[in-house]
Amino acid sequence: MNSLFPSIVSRSQSSGLMNFFVPIISIVLTLITGSIIFVLLGFDPVYALYTFFISPISSTYGISELFVKATPLALIAIGLSYCFKNNIYNIGAEGQLTMGAIFGGGIGILFHDTNAFWLLPLMIFAGAIGGALWGLIPAILKTKFNTNEILTSLMLVYVALFILDYLVVGPWKDPFGYSFPKSRPFSESGRMPLLFDGLRVHFGLIITLFLIFVSWFIFSKTIFGFQLKVSGYSPKAARYAGFNQTTLVFFAFAICGAFAGIAGLAEVSGPIGLLYRDISPNYGFTAIIVAFLGRLHPIGIIFASLVIALTYLGAEDAQLFLQIPSAVGFIFQGLVLFYLLGAELLINYKLTYKKLL
Amino acid sequence: MSDTILNIENITKSFPRVIANKKVTFDIKENAVHAILGENGAGKSTLVKILYGLLEPDEGNIKLNNKDFKVNSPAEARKQGIGMVFQHFSLFDSLSVKENLILGIDEKMSYSDLENKLENISSRYNLPLDLDAPITALSAGEKQRVEIVRILLQDPQILIMDEPTSVLTPQEVESLFVTLNALVKEGRTILYITHKLEEVISICDTVTIMRSGEIIDTSSTANQTAKTLATKMLGQKLDDLKTNYGHIKDEVNFEVKNISCDFNDPFLTDLKNISFQVRVGEIYGIAGVAGNGQSELMDILTGENINIKSGSITFDNKKIEKYGPQKRRDLSISFVPENRLGHSAVPELSLSENILLSQFPKNNFIRNGIILKNNVDDFANNVINEFKVITPGNDAKASSLSGGNLQKYVIGREISSKPKILIISHPTWGIDAGAEHSIRESLIELSQNGTSIIVISQDLDELIEITHKISVIYDGNLSKPFKTSEIEIEKLGLLMGGKNE
Repeated sequence: MNSLFPSIVSRSQSSGLMNFFVPIISIVLTLITGSIIFVLLGFDPVYALYTFFISPISSTYGISELFVKATPLALIAIGLSYCFKNNIYNIGAEGQLTMGAIFGGGIGILFHDTNAFWLLPLMIFAGAIGGALWGLIPAILKTKFNTNEILTSLMLVYVALFILDYLVVGPWKDPFGYSFPKSRPFSESGRMPLLFDGLRVHFGLIITLFLIFVSWFIFSKTIFGFQLKVSGYSPKAARYAGFNQTTLVFFAFAICGAFAGIAGLAEVSGPIGLLYRDISPNYGFTAIIVAFLGRLHPIGIIFASLVIALTYLGAEDAQLFLQIPSAVGFIFQGLVLFYLLGAELLINYKLTYKKLL
Repeated sequence: MSDTILNIENITKSFPRVIANKKVTFDIKENAVHAILGENGAGKSTLVKILYGLLEPDEGNIKLNNKDFKVNSPAEARKQGIGMVFQHFSLFDSLSVKENLILGIDEKMSYSDLENKLENISSRYNLPLDLDAPITALSAGEKQRVEIVRILLQDPQILIMDEPTSVLTPQEVESLFVTLNALVKEGRTILYITHKLEEVISICDTVTIMRSGEIIDTSSTANQTAKTLATKMLGQKLDDLKTNYGHIKDEVNFEVKNISCDFNDPFLTDLKNISFQVRVGEIYGIAGVAGNGQSELMDILTGENINIKSGSITFDNKKIEKYGPQKRRDLSISFVPENRLGHSAVPELSLSENILLSQFPKNNFIRNGIILKNNVDDFANNVINEFKVITPGNDAKASSLSGGNLQKYVIGREISSKPKILIISHPTWGIDAGAEHSIRESLIELSQNGTSIIVISQDLDELIEITHKISVIYDGNLSKPFKTSEIEIEKLGLLMGGKNE
């Protein structure tokens, strides 16, 4: 007779092949669970899944929207992988994104009636600085006071959101905005150029692809990428090698913050065009799922960002055509993360049923 | 004699690119000490892990008391009567002996039952324990006793001991042997994994010799000598090592002066006024029982800890006590700490990548922050060839190498850059005779070419074999140096026990 509850036993070796398939398995399981949920809600699962995953990208406009959503996700996720590779759990990308939007958007508001070629680059730069500074706060707290970066970075998200809130209802409120909580619109040269006429996909996509390429190069070819990896695997070996871990923590947070900041700026100067309260549908948090689904690898992150972006679009279509709340998108994101973590566990551990005597 | 308790038949286990056990077949007799002798990488650990349910064999059968024996976990193995004491202790440092013992028990037991049982075990097998002492306050030998008692609580028929003497003082080894004899007298069987030839002869009844995953021979230890065993184990003969003093220059190039360091930490030993000098081409040994400040001193010598209270370190007329590891390497100082996995090497990284942990100015591994992969790979291949590291290639993960091979690789990495001084802790800890011999040989050769070497080690034989001078560290104090060729072992033994005349 076996005991009812399995115990978790470490595997001596994890399968390299399965390691590769983890993201795919997680997505398949998510789809299966999703259809079960749809059936329980009384929908035809084929139709529901079609509405959720196929119909949103069956037009050029839909594909453009997919890239609009995937852009910030991929950019933040690649930034997060600098932290995660170094075993730093920066959960505060949403705050860094918000700060980037505030800094960059602030420049846009300041020069709202200026049209010049330097305005957008300056806004992008300010966005990166804003995000990086916000990211450096948990870095300083971690290295000086040994605080847990998970807590501090997360708490700073809400601080950043309240600062944005204050600005758009207070000092930065649009004087011609009928008291709506939003800022002045940026001038035309403060907007991300559109890549195609009539579609919302914008220059942020190019910036993102460029930064992903740069990050791939840093991770695989440079000593800095190597130092991040070593310090993540074994802090003791990093100390032996003489790598400065404080510097590594600072760089990882600053780079991640800068990338999230650029993502935030790209949102407000791209599709939105001004500052207001809800600039991001939790891109900074969702990017954590993207980073892990993409296995912290640049190519993986590109694919993962598209998959997760689709859940945003699918949620909108599901709301329109199936009359179910768009929160179902978060359910799908949660399911992906759940199965991802589960698969990750089962790669290194197995369940066994102890014999009861 | 007695009956066979364990039949091992045709056990084969392969890992990617390596066959660790090839049709391993032998019997273990009941009520005896059976040695498995072999170099690291010979397949001893794999075999023992299969017996203990940590690995599953690809092929083959095991019979325990003539019944098929198949276990999937150590817990099952213990239930079937096989217990194991690992080389690396798995105890909770901050808990007491008693608490550690309680944590190890699988079944429910009342507290008084436990105490009775413990008392019984302690007195029967010469295993005195202070139940309330915290683990951190114990010596390596005492920690091992806790491990043994923990296993004996489960009343195993067969006890596997993996390299049990590697961390013990000579006195502790003797006391362990008394325990083992008492266990055998009671009818238990001991499977003794080792690479130390003398131990096989002095305590074991039967010996199985393994080389490259295969059984070379199983025979009685009677009529065997260390030499005959070594030849079978290695497949070749070892030369005696010779040190001489002729090449040492009368010029001090490394001086530690009055180093003191307080840690305010019950897990660490404070260093008290440590001074010593090393001359060009000299091998300077620091002996001592584990936990007397060796690792604390090592961190200060490598620059991993630069927070000293007072004192100075001078190298080539430069004060370097505030330099970090990389700045010291820039001056051609090289170091190999005691732990291979996770300190001097990263197990998850490839051998090539591990080269980059230790870079010297003339290495040319990096240009403008970009890794020159070809140079690194060439260097890695060079180390692999020159130091005869057994590995499928420079892209193999460090974790895939046996202890001895990885240590050869790490030391090879350091020596290949021709440092002016090499600081090395426990160079041959937990590795086999073949690798041990080749490492000692390369250290001697290095010193003859003008490199000064500081060796911190618990292995007195090793220090006497290769060093020119020895001093002893005890409770954070370092004794004056003695010329190795003139010192008496008894004197060293007393100093290691803290008795200074």
